[in-house]
Amino acid sequence: MKNPLDSLWGTVIAGLVLTAVLYLLARSAMGG
Amino acid sequence: MSMDAIHYGVGRWLHILSGMMWVGLLYYFNFVQVEALRRAAADTPPTNAGIMRHVVPRALAYFRYAALATVAMGFWLLADRAPDVLLFRVRAYIPIGIGAWLGLIMFFNVWVLIWPNQKKVLGLVAASDDEKARARRVAFLASRTNTMLSIPMLFFMVGSGGMFRASLF
Repeated sequence: MKNPLDSLWGTVIAGLVLTAVLYLLARSAMGG
Repeated sequence: MSMDAIHYGVGRWLHILSGMMWVGLLYYFNFVQVEALRRAAADTPPTNAGIMRHVVPRALAYFRYAALATVAMGFWLLADRAPDVLLFRVRAYIPIGIGAWLGLIMFFNVWVLIWPNQKKVLGLVAASDDEKARARRVAFLASRTNTMLSIPMLFFMVGSGGMFRASLF
């Protein structure tokens, strides 16, 4: 599988996905 | 001017100012320089030597010291609350804690992965062609990782004073 970090779009999309995941984790940890 | 005004006003200003230089140069490397160097190396004759000699070392110097200043100002801002923030002991500090950890990972990547490997690529330390090729790949991936991490990092840095607050402004 190609490393998404080899492409700029892959890097930006990975960053946006990570943001969403961490946001949900933070909200959950803060009690919704 | 009170000490709090200096701490949170001037400290935040310097933190963001140095952070802009750090991430601005990171985006320059990733969005501009990588592709420009690839095209310059493919020219006949290659035209990348001037960039490698005059631009890259200068950009890397401002880049890594801006990273150092950003982290130093960040710790100054956190002050005695740093353990609570970094160990997620206080719920309200979770967003800034996530932002701070992402920033610290990025700082580690700059000083431990990007700069030592770029020194090999630039010929500032001795390295064989194989070592240079490997160093180029490690530095590239660390730089791309930082570009990826900068997106949630900024979200949580801004979010800690914005969307995670009960009332905006």
